[in-house]
Amino acid sequence: MNPTILEMRKITKTFPGVMALSDVTFSVRQGEIHGLVGENGAGKSTLMKVLSGVYPHGSYSGDIVLDGAVQEFRGIADSEKVGIAIIYQELALVPDLSVYENILLGNEIKRGITIDWNATIKKATEMLKKVRLDLNPATKIRELSVGKRQLIEIAKALSRDVKLLILDEPTAALNEDDCENLLEIIKGLRDSGVTCVLISHKLKEVIKIADTVTVLRDGKTICTLDAHKGEVAEGVIIKHMVGREIDNIYPRRTSAVSDEIVLEAKNWQAYSPNEGRNILKGIDFKLRKGEIVGFAGLMGSGRTELAKSIFGNPDGYAITGELFVNGKKRRFANPKEAIAAGIAYATEDRKGNGLILIQDVKQNITLANISSLAQRGVVDKNAEIKVANEYKTALSIKTPSIAQLVVNLSGGNQQKVSVAKWLFVKPDILILDEPTRGIDVGAKYEIYTIMNRLVEQGMSIIMISSELPEVLGMSDRVYVIASGKMVGELPVAEATQEKIMSLATNY
Amino acid sequence: MKGTDIRKLMRQNIRDYAMYIALVFIMGIFAVMTQGVFISSRNISNLLNQTGYIAVLAVGMTLVIVIRHFDMSVGFLSGFLGAIAAIAMVGWGFPSWLAILLVLVLGIIAGLITAFPIARLGIPAFVATLAGWLIYRGALLLVTLRTGTIIIPDKFFDAIGNGYIPDILPTDALIPGMHKLTLLLGLIAAVWFIARAVIDRRNKKAYDFEVLSMDLFVVKMVFMTVVIGAITWVLAGYNGLSWTVVILIVIVLVYDFIMNQTVLGRRIYAVGGNPEAAELSGISVKKITFLVFGSMGLLTGVCGVLFASRLQSATTTGGTLFELDAIASAYIGGVSAAGGVGKVTGAIIGALVYMTLMNGMNLLGTDISLQYIIRGAVLAAAVIFDVTTSKAKRY
Repeated sequence: MNPTILEMRKITKTFPGVMALSDVTFSVRQGEIHGLVGENGAGKSTLMKVLSGVYPHGSYSGDIVLDGAVQEFRGIADSEKVGIAIIYQELALVPDLSVYENILLGNEIKRGITIDWNATIKKATEMLKKVRLDLNPATKIRELSVGKRQLIEIAKALSRDVKLLILDEPTAALNEDDCENLLEIIKGLRDSGVTCVLISHKLKEVIKIADTVTVLRDGKTICTLDAHKGEVAEGVIIKHMVGREIDNIYPRRTSAVSDEIVLEAKNWQAYSPNEGRNILKGIDFKLRKGEIVGFAGLMGSGRTELAKSIFGNPDGYAITGELFVNGKKRRFANPKEAIAAGIAYATEDRKGNGLILIQDVKQNITLANISSLAQRGVVDKNAEIKVANEYKTALSIKTPSIAQLVVNLSGGNQQKVSVAKWLFVKPDILILDEPTRGIDVGAKYEIYTIMNRLVEQGMSIIMISSELPEVLGMSDRVYVIASGKMVGELPVAEATQEKIMSLATNY
Repeated sequence: MKGTDIRKLMRQNIRDYAMYIALVFIMGIFAVMTQGVFISSRNISNLLNQTGYIAVLAVGMTLVIVIRHFDMSVGFLSGFLGAIAAIAMVGWGFPSWLAILLVLVLGIIAGLITAFPIARLGIPAFVATLAGWLIYRGALLLVTLRTGTIIIPDKFFDAIGNGYIPDILPTDALIPGMHKLTLLLGLIAAVWFIARAVIDRRNKKAYDFEVLSMDLFVVKMVFMTVVIGAITWVLAGYNGLSWTVVILIVIVLVYDFIMNQTVLGRRIYAVGGNPEAAELSGISVKKITFLVFGSMGLLTGVCGVLFASRLQSATTTGGTLFELDAIASAYIGGVSAAGGVGKVTGAIIGALVYMTLMNGMNLLGTDISLQYIIRGAVLAAAVIFDVTTSKAKRY
């Protein structure tokens, strides 16, 4: 057995109000491929940020031991110096520079004060060979596919004599061939002595190439499995990943779902010109009146993109397929049309594109339907205050006054403001994207109660959520989305965390 | 209690108050240094007329900056539009009202053309409006090529920038030497201001919103009355209200109303505060961008008319650097480059601060080199003050 190259001992990292990592132990042996798996929010990214120095020494407790020496990284530069390289999902290449310039970026080969371009090109060509890329090093990154860019990133890391290469979801944006190729290359790197940590949601890949697998859940190390002892199997991993107790109690609702279909998509596809790929690959689903449908899946599976593509397509995807609202075929050119048709979409990123933080509670609540409070374009401010106060009471938004700026509210109350804003447009269909992300248990319960009240009144809700207990606790039906495809539909009675996770990771 | 009240008030409104305090402070310094010449009726009247055409641009610029853009092209556009007005009257024999109407319409069209590459094609406002800067500069030179400076002999037109409102009782029997209509308007303004403040306070109280304590409220009312009274008195001592000031007041009232009371105003602030959230709330960011640049064009037309009227002519260099004066005024007036924050009234005060500096230093005979340096320093100070206080504001 190879010696241990990296050991992270008792790492604890807290953010205000949240313990992101608690006593995590993670050890990697020389020359292995080590899979790191866990649900969204299990702590994988935080752990890797601690390792790479993004969270500097002192901001966490515990020790990082590399090659037997305790490391105290103050920044990414320090971890790079000792041979740790991380390749993130969002690639960090400069699109308008050439391949060779990118590979040696920040690590330029100099002769005096000038760059030695000949040596640079020679070195870049060698690195390209290591990742089995046969292309002209003068090619601009912009002209390359995502799969090739991924390999350039690896070549870049190799040019720095990397000892420990960490790949964060390297295959998430790749097609099948590119995935295969990448996995082969990772194996090749291992055989040439580079230790790799592979973070992936795709369990099949992990099982295929990993020598060891560590499972994280809720900021804790659950177990480390050894492939060579036959411990690594999909069922085992999933069991450890989702083993979370269902600690929230979900309020019951009594209403029955009607048979009336209010929203239906058929073979719904979307191509993103910005990313240059198909993000939705033929999705079918139905939503009935008075129903809560859960959209489960992992981050990046296309759920938010699906919601946005329906809701007036603000990101400008090229869409094909059919959408029916109350039985009528529709296609919305912008969010305004979707709102007019009775659809509301509360975004996943409250602060980013949901609320206007520098405005007050009342202005945020009335924003999407301010016209209804105006006569000849002049806002009736008294009516506005009345409306805002009604929603403040109805959703028990905790704020000293509706004149308070939203930026000063807690996450849970911001979420309620966001929900209030969309309730005020009086929609028939409400899409809630991660409605309880980052809010405390009490506020969650209140949001669930509000959702129940709404469907009892005949509203239909699509709930996009990465929290499986919540999906199971709140939904009437569950759809599982993976890699832009609808991979499963389960009535809630038949759905379990294991089943959903197995569908979501099996693509 | 009182002390904490005042402190809280200061903290929450520090930016607005600081601007007024700075204005009074600067005016005080000039008054002392010029032995009172600065605050003479004649000079104040003159200062307001000078401020007029920049203030009009600053109002439009504030809206543009609120939606996270800005507009370099307005300076030479206003010069160009002023020249068009002159040519229309002198060369084509247009009556003055038609020439003004033409220029305002052309201004709106120019604004919409500027908006096109920005809103539709996503081209940065700096580049798009810099192109406009060059184009309108060329256009101005082109239309004044043969004639050079065009003298405008139209009485009505020239009165806009130089004339004053007529008096109701042009007699010295009552309050001799004062402009009576101006005094009356000042009185109406003060009463209207107080009435509105009282109604507003009562409404807020009815909704349990925080209001000023009664003592502080009275102090504020007295202060505002004194300010309005003083300005009225000073102006009435010369020729009374000028048409420029009347136009400016109308523009401020209309724009302040739009920004604070209407759906359109809400949408403009929403687009500035978070364009993505606004779009997802059913607001067309493109439409708002076109509207705001269209309004900027309209106000540029107004500015062109005011300036040409003031000079009673159109020159080959009309409007030079107006865009930068307007941008500086808007920033001194508290508009935030991050978007979504900025008041029309702030733009006016900003323009006043800026023009006061120019006027005062001219009176003192300060060298132009030093004038630029001081104006730059004031602009930098205002923005630095903004950034540091807006951090502290997150109470």
